[in-house]
Amino acid sequence: MLLLNKQESEILSSEITPKETYRAFELNRRQLMRGLGSAGVAAGLAAALPRKAQAEVKIDNLVATQYKVPDRATTPEGIAKSYNNFYEFGEEKDDPAKNAHTLVTYPWSVTVEGLVAKPRTFQFGELFHLQPMQQRVYRFRCVEAWSMVIPWDGFPFSELIKAVEPLPDAKFVQFLSLANQKEEILPGGIHWPYSEGLRMDEAMHPLTLLTFGSYGETLANQQGAPVRVIVPWKYGFKSAKSIVKIRFVKHMPPTTWNELASNEYGFYANVNPEVDHPRWSQAHERLLNAYTIFPKVVPTLMFNGYGDQVASMYAGMDLRKNY
Amino acid sequence: MKDRSIVIGKAVAHALCLLPALGLARMYGNGSLVAQPDPVNYITHFTGNWALWILLADLAITPLRRLPVGAGRQGLNFLVRFRRLVGLYAFFYATLHLLTYVLLFSGYNLSAAISGLEAGRVLEPWHQMQLIWPTIFDDLEKRKFIQVGIAAWVILFLLAATSPRRMLRAIGGKNWQRLHRMVYVAGVLACVHYWWLVKAGVRTPWRVTAVLTILLLIRVGFWMGKRGGAARGLQPIHREGPWREQDSAPGAG
Repeated sequence: MLLLNKQESEILSSEITPKETYRAFELNRRQLMRGLGSAGVAAGLAAALPRKAQAEVKIDNLVATQYKVPDRATTPEGIAKSYNNFYEFGEEKDDPAKNAHTLVTYPWSVTVEGLVAKPRTFQFGELFHLQPMQQRVYRFRCVEAWSMVIPWDGFPFSELIKAVEPLPDAKFVQFLSLANQKEEILPGGIHWPYSEGLRMDEAMHPLTLLTFGSYGETLANQQGAPVRVIVPWKYGFKSAKSIVKIRFVKHMPPTTWNELASNEYGFYANVNPEVDHPRWSQAHERLLNAYTIFPKVVPTLMFNGYGDQVASMYAGMDLRKNY
Repeated sequence: MKDRSIVIGKAVAHALCLLPALGLARMYGNGSLVAQPDPVNYITHFTGNWALWILLADLAITPLRRLPVGAGRQGLNFLVRFRRLVGLYAFFYATLHLLTYVLLFSGYNLSAAISGLEAGRVLEPWHQMQLIWPTIFDDLEKRKFIQVGIAAWVILFLLAATSPRRMLRAIGGKNWQRLHRMVYVAGVLACVHYWWLVKAGVRTPWRVTAVLTILLLIRVGFWMGKRGGAARGLQPIHREGPWREQDSAPGAG
């Protein structure tokens, strides 16, 4: 699959002259890729990475892929970056864009632990340059029955899994998000840190994207900067934001929304038009991909339209019970 | 309070109650509504919130007018003359809220309905409604929060429909008053509607709930005070029905 991607891919932004501010960033990236990676390079790279909120920087050498949504227009960037569910920064949709400027995304590290042969802590730069960055346009379906179409920038999460060599006992992956009272509001009523999880085959699936950017730029804080996961055939809350820890475990990990209301949010949370949320229908979605007061309400697709690639993982499972 | 002051007061009350709707119209006009990431969600919350707050303002009139302040024995009693006006605005915003759900939220193809009308097909809005009706019916049948929301709207509709004074005369004062005490039920249902809508862990409806709880407690306090007073052979303070005042109808007094 990955090979296929590479065959079909082309360099997206190689023709574009990098902005002045990216020269150092790019230089360090190349050094790292040549295998000159060292503490010194990491420090130099760090200097070029965004320090402040709203300082999304362009990602160079993005690799285009066949992952597109030809039948739907892409959501305008302004909508995708101002309408977010990121409860660490408040409960309203516009709260994250207002409040997430306090999130400090540098320095950042992601600890990978649990049932792996090579547990380690990745500095953000190391993780960022683990693999070439791909651009993939995915449908994004929120459990609240609205949806967007977003170009994400990242690489398959399976690349990270390969790098840490999971043990045979590792059956699930748990993602833990940052929970820091100094930087986040962390409203009461929710048990922090935010926890999400995937079954190992779901985590290994080529669609599951370790995501560092959108629209060709590093993630905005309110989108879950600096690194998150995107699982396009599941409801949005499965795609954990601002990840600081990745744990390989034997048993199904506790997940935040499932803990809060298990009758409303299952562990699997696959997009499924036939299984209603107890409080609303999931058969349709409000497509937020244009500035209009009369948005299109479109039928929701099974597995968010990725059924041909993911349905086999759930063969024989009762999706009404395992919602 | 003098009649002239009442007229001015009513003009001010109309203006205040219309302000949110005018604000929304202005947002539509200057493009800031369409610049919202999810205008439908915005309009839904906007109209729902104002319906609730104006309803609470209406419910606050009775406790306020009993406060021992103001000139003479009458105190703030004049406020009762604003109760119908404010209540009708609560119904107005609740209706906008309901229309937002039916015409924008449910998937109703409003632009197709409008362009159909423009092309002379007068039945197009109705055809579009027939297309979306199964979805709405499904919601009505299955969703508790929609059921209580609709119930609250139906109560407000009944109160609005019986608000003219000739309806009061037709129904009779006592029955009318009993009917209009349902306004408290509408308030409770509207709050429940809000709580059932938000996700577990979300506490945004706490403000309206706190205000409603205080108003209900005051109401219970009056009721117990009245009964205690009656038991001791005392006259209730405001025995005379407010409907005897000119230009006002009784309500949840």
